[in-house]
Amino acid sequence: MRSSVSVWRGICKMGDHIATQTLSEAHRAAATPIVIVGHVDHGKSTLIGRLLYDTDSLQDGKLAQIVESSRKRGLAVEWSFLLDSLQIERDQGVTVDSTRIPFRLGSREFVIVDAPGHRQFLRNMITGAADAEAAVLVVDAQEGAQEQTRRHAMLLRLIGIRHVIVLLNKSDVLGFDESKIVQAESDVRQLLGRLEIEVEAVVPASARDGDNIASRSERSAWYKGPTLIEALANVPPPASRLALPFRMPVQDVYRFDGVRYVAGRIERGTVRAGDRLTIGAQGQIATVAEVCRWHAPELPVAGAGESIALRLEPDLVPDRGDLLFPADDKAAAPERSARIRTRLFWLRGEPLRVGESFTLRLATAEHDVTVASIDAVVDLDDLTLRQGDEVPPDGFAEITLAASHAVLFDPFSPGFGDGRGVLVDRHQRIVGGAPLIGPADLEEGVHAIHPTASRISAGQQAQARGHKSGVFWLTGLPGSGKSTVARAAEVSLAAQNVKATVLDGDTLRAGLCSDLGFSPEDRRENIRRAAHVAKILSESGQAVIVALVSPLQADRDLARQIVGEGFHEVFVDTSLATCEQRDPKGLYAAARAGKIPEFTGVSAPYEAPLSPELRLGADRTESETVSELTGFVLRVVQP
Amino acid sequence: MTRTHTLAEPRVMDDLDQLEAQSIFILREAYRKLKPLSLLWSLGKDSNVMVWLARKAFMGRVPFPVMHVDTEKKFPEMYAFRDEYTKKWNLDLLLGYCPPVEEIDPSLPPAARSAARKTAGLAAMIDKHKLRGVIAGIRRDEQATRAKERVFSPRGAGHRWDVRNQPPEFWDQYATPYEDGMHIRVHPLLAWREIDIWRYIEREGIPLVDLYFAKDGKRYRSLGDQDITSPIESNAATVAEVIAELESSKTSERAGRAMDHESEDAFERLRVAGYL
Repeated sequence: MRSSVSVWRGICKMGDHIATQTLSEAHRAAATPIVIVGHVDHGKSTLIGRLLYDTDSLQDGKLAQIVESSRKRGLAVEWSFLLDSLQIERDQGVTVDSTRIPFRLGSREFVIVDAPGHRQFLRNMITGAADAEAAVLVVDAQEGAQEQTRRHAMLLRLIGIRHVIVLLNKSDVLGFDESKIVQAESDVRQLLGRLEIEVEAVVPASARDGDNIASRSERSAWYKGPTLIEALANVPPPASRLALPFRMPVQDVYRFDGVRYVAGRIERGTVRAGDRLTIGAQGQIATVAEVCRWHAPELPVAGAGESIALRLEPDLVPDRGDLLFPADDKAAAPERSARIRTRLFWLRGEPLRVGESFTLRLATAEHDVTVASIDAVVDLDDLTLRQGDEVPPDGFAEITLAASHAVLFDPFSPGFGDGRGVLVDRHQRIVGGAPLIGPADLEEGVHAIHPTASRISAGQQAQARGHKSGVFWLTGLPGSGKSTVARAAEVSLAAQNVKATVLDGDTLRAGLCSDLGFSPEDRRENIRRAAHVAKILSESGQAVIVALVSPLQADRDLARQIVGEGFHEVFVDTSLATCEQRDPKGLYAAARAGKIPEFTGVSAPYEAPLSPELRLGADRTESETVSELTGFVLRVVQP
Repeated sequence: MTRTHTLAEPRVMDDLDQLEAQSIFILREAYRKLKPLSLLWSLGKDSNVMVWLARKAFMGRVPFPVMHVDTEKKFPEMYAFRDEYTKKWNLDLLLGYCPPVEEIDPSLPPAARSAARKTAGLAAMIDKHKLRGVIAGIRRDEQATRAKERVFSPRGAGHRWDVRNQPPEFWDQYATPYEDGMHIRVHPLLAWREIDIWRYIEREGIPLVDLYFAKDGKRYRSLGDQDITSPIESNAATVAEVIAELESSKTSERAGRAMDHESEDAFERLRVAGYL
């Protein structure tokens, strides 16, 4: 499947259906966060330095500091030094993390978020960009959009940035030539159009020289659009969420001095004493008895954005994560589904595959989910959607998540808190952002499975057992001593109070895998099953020693993928000659006599691991090998 | 449900309301997710605001201990303030002390070495009380290295800050990884600026040590140990006057802190090792 018109074809345009109401100008508004993104070396940091200088936002002494730092390195004034304030950044010449800097235009305050352009630092960029109201996408006018330009633009779309301004930087290199710049502008507009990003302005500029940043450039007399500063000043204030139906995810429930408080932050809408609310998926109904605050003006009402506490009547005890919403207005109820279509930006170092389980965090709620399908993967070369089996690191996709029970949610909408799903692994690490699109319909004939994941985290398991878990995958020729070493190590580990389990080839083939033969397909299936069992045992906190010939690197890679983190390849490196000489089960003799077809080492290949985590050499005695393996396991599980 | 115009409407939130609501959200997340948890109370203006915000979050009380890591070199006014408000605010106070300066890395410049004492004292407290969460009042606008911080900032074994490998943090979702020897620094004031702190102090009437207010043409803008903090020229004797002064000034708040200026990377080295 490919679509070249729009990557997100068929999805409702987010945000349009929501009533907007601008805040009154009378009070002091919060600063507007602006994120500055773009390809490495297209001039983001330089632009920020220039903006701060031109708007007179530098602290006394900062300018002198920049001049001094530049001079020490034998450079002309380097605006980017202002931000690259970490020593390591200066040494490497790249911005490694996002920084926030306030500046002011007239009466309006902004906060600039500087996001790094280096691709491996995508997660830092998201950290900086996710709260921004508007983005400046810096594009080198001559080079045009590059890989990170596309990546960042895609991310702006997925995290829900509503306003995008394009700065065609280094336009002086094109001599501010109108026809060249119009061409560059058209290319960028076409790219962003594919993402359904509406561009507020495309400004030809030179950040280094200050053209069209704060003041209009004489070098581009033909240009009638806004300067960057004018374009920023035109960004509307955030839309109000007060007029939307009420939502408050329960953050916690306290009982202080005999009074129960249901605490949370209002995502949208308003709540008043006397309102009837539905509590979460269970659907109990309670009335708001009191809107509680401490040391604040007493008001029987609270609105979107406020962190408050409610007293409920009857005095029910909701769970953290329960969504509170109006009880008497069916149209104002959230979506409810156990299968949810989401977009995805993937932040883990390894690819995402179907069948993986995570916790979906949605505001304060946590749901066990499994990736039921990867529906499409975004090709970053041309921003088209393709079929794919996996989502690569830093990749974008559309996937379907299956939860073990119905999830209440509102679809993602830029500029609002709705549907901001985040995927968390069992180490409590954030591995992806998953803006929720809507309920997923079940295709006919598809068997809907809803796997569940353990609620016990890896850390809790380790604490309970006194050691961490791991999978130790022993590979080697038949007769190399894998099972012998594994069984002996199991005993030594038990003596050290480490719970270990051995999965060895013959034992598996006697039961779980008795339906399998020795063809390459069956061997692969044998390994797949062993890897899944190893993963389950490892998740229960054990050290799992797998002893399988597993002759092909591709199959061992599959096992590594299935197990994921905590997989250790151990090569039992006994030579063919030694194995054949030992031949404890008489198999080599039988294979040489042609009685066993496809016997590894004789009539089927063995691919030795190139870089195993541990190599058990042939020149050792058995007891040396056992203590080497035991020591390795202990180092992993008892850090 | 129909509503009539006679019903009260919610207040339109201004910038301080938004900062306050966000900080309350963060404190409630920390209280829910990290146990044992403690709040670092340095007795300075920012940590007083933080205690105040905790009382906002938990209906007038602080449901976890506050911790003062004493260098024994603070101003006498600060010790008096601590004793008075521990009682008035009904705080569960944990006291810790810092090792003598001779035990600290002699390769650090003198003031940084003195500050590193505090790091060692804090580390000992975290270990002693097996803390999983430590709430600290740092702000992004104080210092460029702090600008890179996360709201929930994991510290590995040895309390080190892995600045190159920080977790992603977005949409108000905070990572809470856990391994032995790890703790998480929680920073509810990260988004606040110095001027916001003062305006909030004024709005809420939060008490402060009077060293912040001018006497004989000088006042302290930031309070560290007596030997490494110097006062600034100022006639601002009330909160309102301090705000007026800040609105017309562009000097860095930590300009009076000696350790920040000894070498370009002194402060970053301190922070990687566990300094606030």
